[in-house]
Amino acid sequence: MNTILYYPGCGVADQARSMEKGAREALTALDWEMQEMSRWNCCGTVYSLATDDLMRHVGPARVLARAQDAGQERLLTLCSMCYSTLKRSEQFLTADRERLDRVNAFLDDEPDYRGGLRVVHLLELLRDEIGYEAVQERVVRPLQGLKVAPYYGCTLTRPRAAGVDDPERPTVLEDLLTALGAEAVATAERVECCGAYLTASSPDVARRRAVDIARAAIAGGAELMITSCPLCQYNLDTRLAEARGSSDLRVPSVYFTQLLALALGGDPAVEEHEIDPLPVLAARGLSVEVKA
Amino acid sequence: MADQVRLSKVALSADFARRVEELSGQSPYRCYQCGKCGAGCPFAEYMDLLPSQVLRLVQIGDERVLDAGAPWSCASCLACEVRCPRGVDIAKVMEAVRLLSLRKGRTPFAVDEAASRRLPQIALVGITRKMTP
Ligand code: SF4
Ligand code: SF4
Repeated sequence: MNTILYYPGCGVADQARSMEKGAREALTALDWEMQEMSRWNCCGTVYSLATDDLMRHVGPARVLARAQDAGQERLLTLCSMCYSTLKRSEQFLTADRERLDRVNAFLDDEPDYRGGLRVVHLLELLRDEIGYEAVQERVVRPLQGLKVAPYYGCTLTRPRAAGVDDPERPTVLEDLLTALGAEAVATAERVECCGAYLTASSPDVARRRAVDIARAAIAGGAELMITSCPLCQYNLDTRLAEARGSSDLRVPSVYFTQLLALALGGDPAVEEHEIDPLPVLAARGLSVEVKA
Repeated sequence: MADQVRLSKVALSADFARRVEELSGQSPYRCYQCGKCGAGCPFAEYMDLLPSQVLRLVQIGDERVLDAGAPWSCASCLACEVRCPRGVDIAKVMEAVRLLSLRKGRTPFAVDEAASRRLPQIALVGITRKMTP
């Protein structure tokens, strides 16, 4: 059994527990285990874009320092937003000794961050280390006939220097789907933002984005979408369900980890959804139980 | 686009352009106004100024850009950043304009309470961060 230190983040630890459950099930089937950090805090969710607020790197630095203090060289994330925020902060701090020293001064009685920790997204672990061929070999319930549109959103691939794949023509999710026996439907909307946190200030904007994304998926013949971010998932599920005139566009979304778990014979941990994915799965002979 | 900011005889400030440059770490003068950023921006239709127009006002030091709505419709999605032929990180310029606006005491929008029910924490933290000077 291989182990890797794991940072859940607030989204996964609260609303997106099914993302984590799916990942755990899937990794067990692949002889891997995620070990949650004994102590962690919010990464800050958004990477600081201004040059004058080092303070906003203290949160990520604390997480990175704790992982390093636990004797690790890398840290696994599931949520794309955590991945991006931690990865970009890591690059920002490691690139400049003076910044690093100043942030460490804030950490005070905690261990220093020495720089150089590798922040890894689960998709990178699957693709680059475990390998999609090995994943394919472990598939016990091929997702035959299931037409799935990957939704990448923003932070998984942008900016380029902190992305898991090419930002304009990514394939990491399509390739995973192919390994699981599903049919990947690539849409033009897959890399266009869902509205992200604008959902809190302008829910209508998020509703219209969800409608456009769903429309593109349906036009491509997809019956299900997959996401790698709790906020994308929320917007594509809740905001889509609320949108006026979306009754023909009710294409469900699940986390990629849930489909992975299902294909590997585990529990896809389907919980509460506004747009239920179970009928689509059942129609393809992939019936699963619902968890309360 | 009814509320578009029109250029007229206004005081221009090279110092303002410099402050945006400092805060964003991006030289606004790299931008050659091709418009590619706005062409692919998923939120351009909600903006009173296109991202390229925000850049232009910054270049000429027109502080009225601080009253524009466009930076608040920007979700920092970085679609423009990966596409800009001049390598400008437009999201950082948008952030600098937002911060300078906030630091002048402006509060551009509020969290929609009804919409916030069961909202993921990451949305609330993200939007709060966006409103913090
Ligand atoms: S894409 Fe770049 S160069 Fe073109 S208008 Fe936008 S910021 Fe300027
Ligand atoms: S980062 Fe902002 S301006 Fe650029 S494409 Fe995204 S929303 Fe538009």
